[in-house]
Amino acid sequence: MTLGVAEVASQFLVGISRSMILFVVCAGLSFILGVLRVPNIAHGSLYMIGAFATFSITKFFPGTTGFWVALVVAPLFVALISLIAERVLFCHLYQREHLMLLLFTFAVSLILGDLVKIVWGAEYRSVSAPPLLKGSVSILGASFPRYNLFLILMGPIVGVALWLFTTKTKIGKISRAAAVDREMVGVLGINVSWVFAFAFVIGCFLAGVGGALVAPTVSITLGMDHTLIIEAFLIVTIGGLGNMWGALVGSLIFGVTHSLGVLFWPQFAIVFPYMAVVIVLLVRPKGLLKSVW
Amino acid sequence: MFERTIRSRAFWPLCGILILLFFLPLFAPRFYVYIFALIYVTSLAAMSLNMVVGFGGLFQFHHGVFYGVGAYATALLLAKTSAPALVAFVAGPITAALTGLIIGWFCVRLTRLYFAMLQISLGSLIWAIVFRWYSFTGGDDGIHGIRMPSFLSSPQSAYYFILVVLTVSLVLMYTILKSPFGNTLQAIRDNPQRCEAVGINVRRHQLLAIVIATFFAGIAGVLFVVLERSVFADLLFWVLSLEIFIMCLLGGWFTFLGPVLGTAIIVSLRTFVGKFTEYWTLILGILLILVIFFLPEGVMGYLQRLGGPRPKGSAVRKEEIDASGGVGL
Repeated sequence: MTLGVAEVASQFLVGISRSMILFVVCAGLSFILGVLRVPNIAHGSLYMIGAFATFSITKFFPGTTGFWVALVVAPLFVALISLIAERVLFCHLYQREHLMLLLFTFAVSLILGDLVKIVWGAEYRSVSAPPLLKGSVSILGASFPRYNLFLILMGPIVGVALWLFTTKTKIGKISRAAAVDREMVGVLGINVSWVFAFAFVIGCFLAGVGGALVAPTVSITLGMDHTLIIEAFLIVTIGGLGNMWGALVGSLIFGVTHSLGVLFWPQFAIVFPYMAVVIVLLVRPKGLLKSVW
Repeated sequence: MFERTIRSRAFWPLCGILILLFFLPLFAPRFYVYIFALIYVTSLAAMSLNMVVGFGGLFQFHHGVFYGVGAYATALLLAKTSAPALVAFVAGPITAALTGLIIGWFCVRLTRLYFAMLQISLGSLIWAIVFRWYSFTGGDDGIHGIRMPSFLSSPQSAYYFILVVLTVSLVLMYTILKSPFGNTLQAIRDNPQRCEAVGINVRRHQLLAIVIATFFAGIAGVLFVVLERSVFADLLFWVLSLEIFIMCLLGGWFTFLGPVLGTAIIVSLRTFVGKFTEYWTLILGILLILVIFFLPEGVMGYLQRLGGPRPKGSAVRKEEIDASGGVGL
């Protein structure tokens, strides 16, 4: 099998664009891990809800506007669900051991998964990309889908927005401080409980964004949460827990090894990202970048 | 030790239950016999996991892989070769233990969450290979209609075989956990630094515990093949591992028999609630949340605390672990 430069390059770009979706989701997961120390398995379910909500919204607003409306409304919907879940359930449990939190978030993901089944049913759904992003452009002689270019653009935008939020805004700074020393922040007269709620909602909002972004590229179905969340946890770990740029590096490693694997050995393509994770964990057990834990 | 076991309050009631279970196929309908056998198989997997999680304090997050590897080793030997059934049955646990040795050898270098993540990625590697290697493992179709030796041909004889193997395995696991090795393992769980300081080779003990636990998981895998006569790639998927993990936490992960109770709850929920509604996981989720809020030590831990003035469950031990940060990620 001979591989042209163009094929490798275009597959590489496909890998990067897939990484961007992973990055958006993982940045949210990592943010929650960093600030709240909650290993949130329900994150995958929120991502799935984001994708299903995108489907419903694009059906409700047919035509060009649908997808763009969904890109804003679906994450907000997810954020609303997470706010309710946080205020009703999560906020009572932050002091528990991590294993119990893991079990608890898994229970929440079971409930959310079944609620999705009740609302949207078990059929496969698909969303078509807006006309602006349909078709493909030619790069180095290889055709490359426009939507993937859009994804490559969206990843950095979300990343920079989250970076600005955590470093430049007051609430972002408070949430980072609360991650380091919760009691001290409380002593300073800040309502830590609401800071945590806010951080949780921001993280889940990103899961919703990821769900909305992924919707036109895959068939939306039950079970997409399970495949995603395990990848997300591995990415967050190899990047460095709670480190947003680590999530970016981890996502790139995961996405690119997978897409290049598709090119070189399609049958066992899914083996490659796991192999990369194993190597990273053996060489740098605490992740590539600095973990906030 | 044996005398103490006999004198403990739980011993004779357990014997009674065991004898009752032996007579079950005589009066119970076939479906219930199958459900009980399924509970035995899964609870053996859950208890083998609990050896390393509850008693070893290790974050064995992908235990299902060893269960699945044991099942696949037996199934492949029976389906692809003409090896005698006994050889295939022995090969299952041995393959699982070897896999446990290799994966564990890498994993014990790391701790807690990192241990868990490394194990998940290594386990997912095996899952991906089994899932994709259609020509050898059947891919996501799995292998069905595996031949069985004549002494296991009827559901009743399979039930008895599973029950006997389970009982023997339980006795073995109990002996191991009560042995000096088991005590050392629990000491390592409670305070790894101190154990290292007094000259215990922590990693070697943890690795040995993993190998033993994966061996029993392999036995559970063989029993699964005996019961279902089929294997499929989902046995190695991480969702099953998490489910087994939850059986331990739900039943009570600091108690020996807790995982059995957890398994019985989850399997019967799936079977009987699943009959009325397809949304049984919703019920399971709500139940889990209730348990987390009100019974943090699991159902069995709670029962034990109710049962006696001197709790055998680990209310005290748990606090100590919390204090040393042993359970945190």
